[in-house]
Formats: sequence, C-alpha cells, structure tokens
Amino acid sequence: MSEVLNFHFNVDGNDFTSAGQASIQIKKNLRRLGLDPETIRRVSIAMYEGEINMVIHAHGGEADVNVYEDRIEIILKDNGPGIENIEQAMQEGFSTAHDQIRSLGFGAGMGLPNMKRYTDDMKIESVVGVGTTVTMCVNL
Amino acid sequence: MTVYDLSKNSQFNVLTMPEPEREINGVYIGDLLSWVMGKAQYDNVWITIMSNINVIAVASLSDVSCVLLAEDVTLDNEVLSTAKQKGINILSTPMSAYDAAIELSGMI
Ligand SMILES: Nc1ncnc2c1ncn2[C@@H]1O[C@H](COP(=O)(O)OP(=O)(O)OP(=O)(O)O)[C@@H](O)[C@H]1O
Ligand SMILES: [Mg+2]
Repeated sequence: MSEVLNFHFNVDGNDFTSAGQASIQIKKNLRRLGLDPETIRRVSIAMYEGEINMVIHAHGGEADVNVYEDRIEIILKDNGPGIENIEQAMQEGFSTAHDQIRSLGFGAGMGLPNMKRYTDDMKIESVVGVGTTVTMCVNL
Repeated sequence: MTVYDLSKNSQFNVLTMPEPEREINGVYIGDLLSWVMGKAQYDNVWITIMSNINVIAVASLSDVSCVLLAEDVTLDNEVLSTAKQKGINILSTPMSAYDAAIELSGMI
C-alpha cells in the first residue's frame, strides 16, 4: 500500500507571465485528491516560491511532486548558477534579485524562508556553476 | 460578509467577480509578493497597488477572497481575463490602502 503519485513539470525560464503554472496545477490536482485546504495551501505556496526562484534566478528547471500515503515531496531541480552561501540565502530579506524583478513585487528575500516555514522538511543542495536542487516535504 | 456584499459599497468597483460568495474574514496589505504569501490568511481581502500577472497566481495560491487594488490602480485586459478564468475576484477603489482598510474594518 505505498503507491506513489507523481506529477512532473518543466518550468520555462523565459516566460515570466506563465510562471506559477506548475504550482497552480498541483493545487488543482491535490484538491481532486481531497486533501485538506491548509495542506494544499502550504504545498502550493512552497512550490510556487521554488518555481519562481527557478525562473528568476536559474533560467527555469524541473519540478516533481510525489504524493505518498503519509507525505508530499516536492523536488525542484535546476541547472542555474547555484547558491554560493546557502545559510545567507535562507535569511529573511536576503536577495540578489535585480530591479526589473523587484518592480514586479519579487525580491523581498522571503521565498526560501517561506518554503521552510510552510514545509515540515527542506533540504537545499547546490553547487556553484552546476545547479540547485531543493527538496521539500509536507507530512499528511 | 461576502465579496458580493463588499461590491455593493459604492467606494469599491468590481473589475471581475467570478466568485461573489467568497467570505471575507480580514485584511492583509502588501505589495511584496513573497511577503504576502507568507502572511496573508485564507479568506482575507488583499489590498495592494501591484497589478501584474503574478498577482493572480499569488492570490490564487494564498486563497485570499479578493484582491483590492488601491489608489485606482488599473489592470491589463490580459490580467483581467486570467483572473476571471482562475476564479479570482478583483475590485478597485480610489482610496488609499489605509482608508480602504478602515472602510473594510467598519464592514466586517
Ligand atoms: N534556484 C536558485 N538558483 C540560484 N540562486 C537561488 C535560487 N533560489 C534562490 N537563490 C538565491 O537565494 C536568494 C534568496 O532567495 P529567496 O527566494 O528567499 O528571495 P528572492 O527570490 O530574492 O525574493 P522573493 O522570494 O522574496 O521574491 C535569491 O535572491 C538568490 O540569490
Ligand atoms: Mg524567491
């Protein structure tokens, strides 16, 4: 009884206007599975922050959501520039977003802290010049 | 109070209202999107002066009951039709965020 449901998305790094499509689709899928609204909200916001980060900071990437019986796992993988200092990136208010991105309302440096707060477990693996993988887990 | 009730107040203009029965339980004011996603609560009215397409995704994921554009901020048609399609209520007001919040506080 450990069937896994997998949802896979390619996140386009060039299209700012459609950023968030994967997270909105996941929200719909989880609703259809009948999960409680608060869990859905946590998963979809955490995923959106990660998805937007891949678009803004890493030219896009791939997203996988695995639904297990007892938890939901979100894996965001990109081949972007990587994060030099993860501890610093995790701090509220730290951002390297440039002005054009800020004018859209991003760049508060709250994305990674939100992802940590809305999930039960979060792990960042990053190599400068190679890419970043963020794995998040929400218990059901 | 529902979003429909709010729309009856002459200070608030409906830009699109696909989900008029959404309940309103409070207000969150903010323009930084990650800040809003971290702090806004389910069924809040989100008052902002941001009006780009990402506002629709943030409103949808945060599950706010409506977006209220302060200072008569306007929306592109493309953003408006996306909101309609995604079931996001959007109202606007000539008031500042501060005055709009006071008005809402008297209504909730
Ligand atoms: N996938 C990524 N690849 C490379 N750098 C990243 C990635 N995700 C985050 N970062 C770095 O970590 C910093 C902090 O990220 P965080 O999401 O907290 O804030 P932000 O994206 O800058 O602003 P906000 O999320 O509030 O809009 C970013 O500014 C960026 O330097
Ligand atoms: Mg971010």
